Amino acid sequence: MDLKEKLLASFMAFEERVDVQATLHDVRTEALKNFENKGFPTKKEEAWKYTSLNAVLKKDFSVFPKEESAVDFKEVKKYFLNDVDTYKVVFVDGVFSSFLSSTTHDGLDVCLMSSALTKPKYKMIIDTYFNQVASKEESLTSLNTAFAYEGAYINIPKSKVADKPIEIIYFSTGNEAALMVQPRNLIIVGENAHVQITERHQSLNENPVLINSVTEIFAHKRAIVDFYKIQNDVQTTTLIDNTYISQKQESIVSVHTFTFGGNITRNNLNFYHEGERIDSTLKGITIIGDKQHVDHYTLVHHAQPNCESHQNYKGIFGDNATGVFNGKIYVEKEAQKTDAFQQNNNILLSDKATINAKPQLEIFADDVKCSHGCTIGQLDENAMFYMQQRGIPRKEAKALLMYAFTSEVTSSIKIPELKNKIARIIATKLGVNMGFDL
Amino acid sequence: MLVIKNLHASVEDKEILKGINLEVKAGEVHAIMGPNGAGKSTLSSVIAGREDYEVTEGEILLEGEELIELAPEERAHKGVFLSFQYPIEIPGVSVTNFMKTAINETRKAQGLEEMPANEMLKMIREKSELLEIDRKFLSRSLNEGFSGGEKKRNEIFQMAMLEPKLAILDETDSGLDIDALRIVANGVNKLKSKDNAVIVITHYQRLLDYIVPDFVHVLHDGKIVKTGGKELALELEEKGYDWIKNEN
Ligand SMILES: Nc1ncnc2c1ncn2[C@@H]1O[C@H](COP(=O)(O)OP(=O)(O)OP(=O)(O)O)[C@@H](O)[C@H]1O
Ligand SMILES: [Mg+2]
Repeated sequence: MDLKEKLLASFMAFEERVDVQATLHDVRTEALKNFENKGFPTKKEEAWKYTSLNAVLKKDFSVFPKEESAVDFKEVKKYFLNDVDTYKVVFVDGVFSSFLSSTTHDGLDVCLMSSALTKPKYKMIIDTYFNQVASKEESLTSLNTAFAYEGAYINIPKSKVADKPIEIIYFSTGNEAALMVQPRNLIIVGENAHVQITERHQSLNENPVLINSVTEIFAHKRAIVDFYKIQNDVQTTTLIDNTYISQKQESIVSVHTFTFGGNITRNNLNFYHEGERIDSTLKGITIIGDKQHVDHYTLVHHAQPNCESHQNYKGIFGDNATGVFNGKIYVEKEAQKTDAFQQNNNILLSDKATINAKPQLEIFADDVKCSHGCTIGQLDENAMFYMQQRGIPRKEAKALLMYAFTSEVTSSIKIPELKNKIARIIATKLGVNMGFDL
Repeated sequence: MLVIKNLHASVEDKEILKGINLEVKAGEVHAIMGPNGAGKSTLSSVIAGREDYEVTEGEILLEGEELIELAPEERAHKGVFLSFQYPIEIPGVSVTNFMKTAINETRKAQGLEEMPANEMLKMIREKSELLEIDRKFLSRSLNEGFSGGEKKRNEIFQMAMLEPKLAILDETDSGLDIDALRIVANGVNKLKSKDNAVIVITHYQRLLDYIVPDFVHVLHDGKIVKTGGKELALELEEKGYDWIKNEN
């Protein structure tokens, strides 16, 4: 039985666990139908031209984790932001770990999707938001929707400034020979509310893991949301991250994606504007080697006048690594005075590394400012010589240049502890100790 | 200090240096002048170890030790400093962090401990005052958006921080206004001692009024075609290079 059949068959078992009377169940059934019709994406589809899931899908994944897999805090401590107090929503093999988590209902909700989906008091909210911005066409998103059950549920009410950052972490223990998990996060940020969120997926050993994650974020009027994705997983993990963001007037949302690990990583990051004077930021740093593959597939849908979007992705590819950057900017006819900026810079450290970069601008308004730039280069040998001349050995000079290359992205990280952590990960990736902080 | 014997170097099979002989003793200042394209910057790059240039013949000895096989950073660790004709912009690395890294890597190579942070700060303060560099400047990205003159002044600031044995200043005067020229030259003079040496590459007598050379060499078509005292620079200013070119 291939993975698709297995998933379709297991839906019945899943139905036994959930309330089939709820309206939600219709949503799930519809979604399953869409997945059944479309199946897993293949390279024949334009959007998946450079990313093949074939090899991954051949593995015999369990689609439901065993009930409880405990991990020792000591073992996973390093994956948290340790120098700062945070709310934590932590899952182990897809199951909520109350032991590792630190949730709240005090002035803001930082808790579980499973309770939000089942408890009557959340029904209104779920009906209003759940699956409202997520695609109903994308087969992988539909697959997630069909099995949507667990994940983080975050609701920051009007005018509330979250008092500390929120960490969402998904651990995989490897207790299953091969595991597929489908987290589903829902994040609602009310008018004038502020929040900072980090999200991380982490396997604790080398058993294959396939993650098909969907996150919906709703930013209301003047809300400020900073979202950070830390993707530094082991090389047997494949991550398909589908993030959908709906922004209301004057909201400011930024998503930083740090991709340093994993086998195949696909980031579908979608911003939809539903108001004027919206600000959207999409930034990323990719540093990969070996045979790793990263595919950033972004969309900013400008639908209203006077909005801005800023995209800045930096990639460093070594060995046989392959990268894809597909950045789509869609500007509707009504979206006059749009200011959309996109930049994608890449460094190839080896002859065998490749990057496919494709800006896609579809502009139907006439009074807009849209710019895009893409560079693919090798290491700047003039800069290398300059630094070596000052006594900095080649390896360190190279690392310093890489640091510098990524600084436009790291500089806008607003959680200082995260900034340090990312700096340390970058230094480790580059095999150096820089002796100063970014 | 520096002995160069019959140095030939080429880039992409084109010979640029065609047999250079030069001896610079500790405590001396040498000026190298010569028309555009003569090979002055090539000579300084070759001494500093730029790999684009292939040394096909000859020797470069620093205090008796052959440099040709050494990497640029190893030469730097032995005290070679090059002030670039065109300093490179490195966005994202502040002047201060760059200097910290350079100094500590050099110390590491010399078997020394890292410089304590307070000592480093003190040194940065002293040297930036010497060159009248605004402290705000030091937190900016290295050379990024610096004016031509600011870049040159920053080169000499780095030289002051690294205290090299042999400093090669490749057209450090170009781009400097009159005040900056005086400040930079003054900085170089203050760093000058009987134990180090300076090679000044320039097109103008102006700089040599401040940094007075013991010897002036004229480089033409990859060879040193004339050597004299400081008065040679004046003569060149007056007559141009034609009379030398014609002599050869
Ligand atoms: N990397 C290179 N590739 C090709 N040609 C080069 C290279 N570097 C130098 N040359 C050539 O070698 C010659 C000497 O150049 P160099 O820069 O050393 O001259 P210079 O004396 O410093 O001139 P200027 O006074 O204009 O600075 C020139 O003809 C130059 O074009
Ligand atoms: Mg030159």
